[in-house]
Amino acid sequence: MALITVENLSVGYDSNTIVENLNFTVNHGDYLCIVGENGSGKSTLMKTLLDLQDAVAGKISFGDGLKKNEIGYLPQQTVVQRDFPASVKGIVISGCQSRMGLRPFYTSAEKKLAMKNMCRMGIDNLKDRCYRELSGGQQQRALLARALCATDKVLLLDEPVSGLDPKVTGEMYELIHELNQEGVTIIMISHDINAAIKYATHILHIGDDIFFGSRDEYIISDAGKMFEINQKDGDIND
Amino acid sequence: MIDTLFLYFQYPFVRYAMVVGVLIALCSALLGVTLVLKRFSYIGDGLSHVAFGAMAIATVLDMTNQMIIILPITIACAVLLLRTGQNTKIQGDAAIAMISVGALAFGYLLMNIFSTSSNLSGDVCSTLFGSTSILTLTGREVWLCAILSIVVFVIFILFYNKIFAVTFDENFAKATGIKTDIYNLLIAVIIAVIIVLAMNLVGSLLISALVIFPAISSMRIFHSFKMVTISAAIISVVCAWVGIIISILAGTPVGSTIVAIDALAFVICVIVGKFR
Repeated sequence: MALITVENLSVGYDSNTIVENLNFTVNHGDYLCIVGENGSGKSTLMKTLLDLQDAVAGKISFGDGLKKNEIGYLPQQTVVQRDFPASVKGIVISGCQSRMGLRPFYTSAEKKLAMKNMCRMGIDNLKDRCYRELSGGQQQRALLARALCATDKVLLLDEPVSGLDPKVTGEMYELIHELNQEGVTIIMISHDINAAIKYATHILHIGDDIFFGSRDEYIISDAGKMFEINQKDGDIND
Repeated sequence: MIDTLFLYFQYPFVRYAMVVGVLIALCSALLGVTLVLKRFSYIGDGLSHVAFGAMAIATVLDMTNQMIIILPITIACAVLLLRTGQNTKIQGDAAIAMISVGALAFGYLLMNIFSTSSNLSGDVCSTLFGSTSILTLTGREVWLCAILSIVVFVIFILFYNKIFAVTFDENFAKATGIKTDIYNLLIAVIIAVIIVLAMNLVGSLLISALVIFPAISSMRIFHSFKMVTISAAIISVVCAWVGIIISILAGTPVGSTIVAIDALAFVICVIVGKFR
């Protein structure tokens, strides 16, 4: 049984449908890239998957022992966070909140988990630093460590490399790739189709035509070909 | 000078003022950090005007225990205002401005039409600037204030980690299954309670100062949520004490003296922050 099954899903705001008839599945260990232009409904789809908003129509079902709240989430940064006075440690451990219920304080096991995930992301030396003083890449690593504290089954990443310079972008992709190798299922929103083709196992293209399939199928599909043509045009323009 | 101070401290109403002042300063600073970070600084101002309007209603109805009307109305408006933060037709800041001036105008209108007092402008002025009301507290009011403050304080400590998570990243918290709506509601209720309490201390116009100044002062110096919260509480309590003592000794209005000291503390924190 698949971890996440999406059937005939339509997403949008206030019954304004942005994308209709989405059908796809995510299995354990997959690396799904959701690509498409700005405004095509990628973020709305993600919010619907996370249950932050209701679907307009259709069904999302979770299987294979995955519960609704066991999806880790790496959101795009908000204005509030950029100057938030908080230590890296405090932010990472806040990922454990989901399993706490009404218990007010963290246990030592949760502190250990936070520490482990900071090591995993290579930011354990920054644990007492202030979040707003970190570089963009370090901030993303901190938020990724927080998401891993929430779950290590499925991670949803919303444009994880936006605003990062090329070198840090490459490192970020490698880090996500490593997590995927360790068995974490990845769902990533991106408009970087190059990276999607390089790392993903499956691709969901949202736009005028909707495509879902494995990476290899995507490359030979119409949507993928369109991309290649655009890419060539781009080369000429450069 | 010390002698005068000792002399004054023999009066129960001065001791009451000190106790209430400290408790309110503590609570407002704790919640202030969250409100400032959530970009809700102005909500304190809006709610204090609502509390003023509610108080006008209570005065007109000639109620002995005005809290019964003021507290529920203010809480209801707090919930309403924090809700508009999400997605509604009227934007959050516009909603706050609307409710706040509306309540202010309505309150003054009511007091004017149904006035029973001979010194209306004096009454209004003392409600708005809290000139002497903290020095006329009764023992029962002090107890009520103390109990509510302690409840607020305990709730804040117990929910500290959750308030942090919800303040830092509401979407993430919601996605991982935290009931963010309930915590936003909790924050709204607590802030309403603090504002109603603080009306006695600084009057309804200056309450936002009590909420905002300590938070932004300590954010200048400290860089972690815990340190910011603790230092905001300390700054706020110290400023309230100093303000009350100065106002007793120099005969200045209590509320504006406290706020002036808070502003001074902010300037000092800015300078200290520059050199760190």
